[in-house]
Amino acid sequence: MTPSRIRLWAAGSAGVLLVLVALLVAMTAGVAIGEMTIPMETTVAAVTNRLGLTAIPVPRIQEAVIWDYRLSRSLVAAFCGAGLALSGAILQSLLRNPLAEPYVLGISAGASTGAVSVMLLGFGAGAISLSAGAFAGALLAFAFVVMLASGRQTADRTILAGVAASQLFNALTSYIVSTSANAEQARSVMFWLLGSFAGVRWPDVALSASVVSIGLIVCIWHSRALDAFTFGEDAARSLGIAVQRVRVVLLLVTALMTATMVSMVGAIGFVGLVIPHAARFIVGPGHMRLLPACALVGALFMVVADIVSRIIIAPQVLPIGVVTALVGVPFFSVILYRARRAA
Amino acid sequence: MTLSANAVRWFAGRKVIVDGVSVSVEPGQTLGLIGPNGSGKSSLIRLLAGLRAPAEGDVLLDSRKISGFGRRELARRVAVVEQHSMTEANVTVLDVVKLGRTPHRSALSPWTSADDEIVEDALVRVGLTDRRDQFWHTLSGGERQRVQLARALAQSPSVLILDEPTNHLDIQHQIDILRLVEDLSVTTVVAIHDLNLAARFCDRIAVLSQGKLVTCGTPAEILTEEMIAEVFGVEAHVSTSAHHGRLHIQFLM
Repeated sequence: MTPSRIRLWAAGSAGVLLVLVALLVAMTAGVAIGEMTIPMETTVAAVTNRLGLTAIPVPRIQEAVIWDYRLSRSLVAAFCGAGLALSGAILQSLLRNPLAEPYVLGISAGASTGAVSVMLLGFGAGAISLSAGAFAGALLAFAFVVMLASGRQTADRTILAGVAASQLFNALTSYIVSTSANAEQARSVMFWLLGSFAGVRWPDVALSASVVSIGLIVCIWHSRALDAFTFGEDAARSLGIAVQRVRVVLLLVTALMTATMVSMVGAIGFVGLVIPHAARFIVGPGHMRLLPACALVGALFMVVADIVSRIIIAPQVLPIGVVTALVGVPFFSVILYRARRAA
Repeated sequence: MTLSANAVRWFAGRKVIVDGVSVSVEPGQTLGLIGPNGSGKSSLIRLLAGLRAPAEGDVLLDSRKISGFGRRELARRVAVVEQHSMTEANVTVLDVVKLGRTPHRSALSPWTSADDEIVEDALVRVGLTDRRDQFWHTLSGGERQRVQLARALAQSPSVLILDEPTNHLDIQHQIDILRLVEDLSVTTVVAIHDLNLAARFCDRIAVLSQGKLVTCGTPAEILTEEMIAEVFGVEAHVSTSAHHGRLHIQFLM
């Protein structure tokens, strides 16, 4: 290895370590902060106790709060951020559109409709889960966008198709809610529209962890192929990429990650947009590094956003989608503005 | 390698774009494709490159159908330079040239020093060694084409296919690009607008009009005043240049 490459590796490893440490700190803070404030050291002790590393006495109630509520919540937030950021990065590369992400393209809206249909209309009569319903909805929205934007696939057409999909599926969701839900159900459905980590438990951790891990592996496996998409589909094809197969596989993985997140925590916007751009700014456009960076930074961002949503109007909790949108929309505007100047 | 198309037809919707064209290029030779706008040059280029599958007929690489090649297998033999290459990604010259090694590497195989040498050699050939860290979006049109050419060379191809590589370039850059291509020992197919450049740089020329092959042969056989009047609809005077001994075409306006 040349000295410059060694230096690059060192800088890279240091960066990864830094983000990992920040993530750990943020998650510990996320567990400590809440209606019942728990000292950081108690948080750490409760976790190490469970892992069998220590035997520090921790009050039962605090341990229950940490273990049953807050830790699972923090973990889901991390996986959710990683999954959404990854989905955004994949969509931006595959569609060659800097504004693409699951929320903007209406995929999250489709997943919401799917989840709400299963919950309120009883599709599948309990045989299919909320996640499966969300997945079906996400695929439907995807198909809709791809169909509308097919042919000459320009940046604005894809986004316009996404706008149409968002409107359509949000309207369907509202329709289903207004015709089929009672007041209480309607309230609980609201959380799909803005997102919330309130209801997550350990099974959700297991599901999100496995989906995001599989997603990350599949995406990294295709990182060379994604690089080859830099100059479009024909260029990728002429570099020996099986364009059709790669597209289908990666779009399915994206839909799966998005749908899983939406069925669990609702439609959270703009994470998939902001994080890939930030990550690209730090590690450059090569996907071998970009994708893991997106996952890490996305996880960190979401854990912090979750903390912010809980402390900004404490003791009430702000919907997480409000926080991400407040960060994401200005970011979106800047990209839009720069794209206008470049054109 | 010998590249040939055997009575290929290709449709866009119901409209026939390439209509039963047969052409062939011998190893190391350069075939020029000329013809007016909409004559099917770009489509034929895509068929020859294996980017589109012909509806009828076959494209053969050393008498083996290219549809029988795997994608990567084909990309290790045939490299393409498109008319325009555009990207929003913030890539450097080096990033782009390195893409050329894609078909030679599996999903997770590491970058080797052999890859480094090939990329370096490609950069030297197009004269961009000192620009390797420059960002794509800061390059001029001519530089971008040279980068794409370097990327294609990094594929270590036996066949190079170029779709109007000199479009939108000033005359100096047009000549630069074609000189570079001329010096390569690979089999080359190039779609080109400028008849004088075609005469100067191609061993053989195929003339297309409305999707059909009008004629094919050496520049001296092909580039006649009659052909130019018939296919391009302009009056021209064709003579042998006193400077380079090749044909010189003057348009009478």
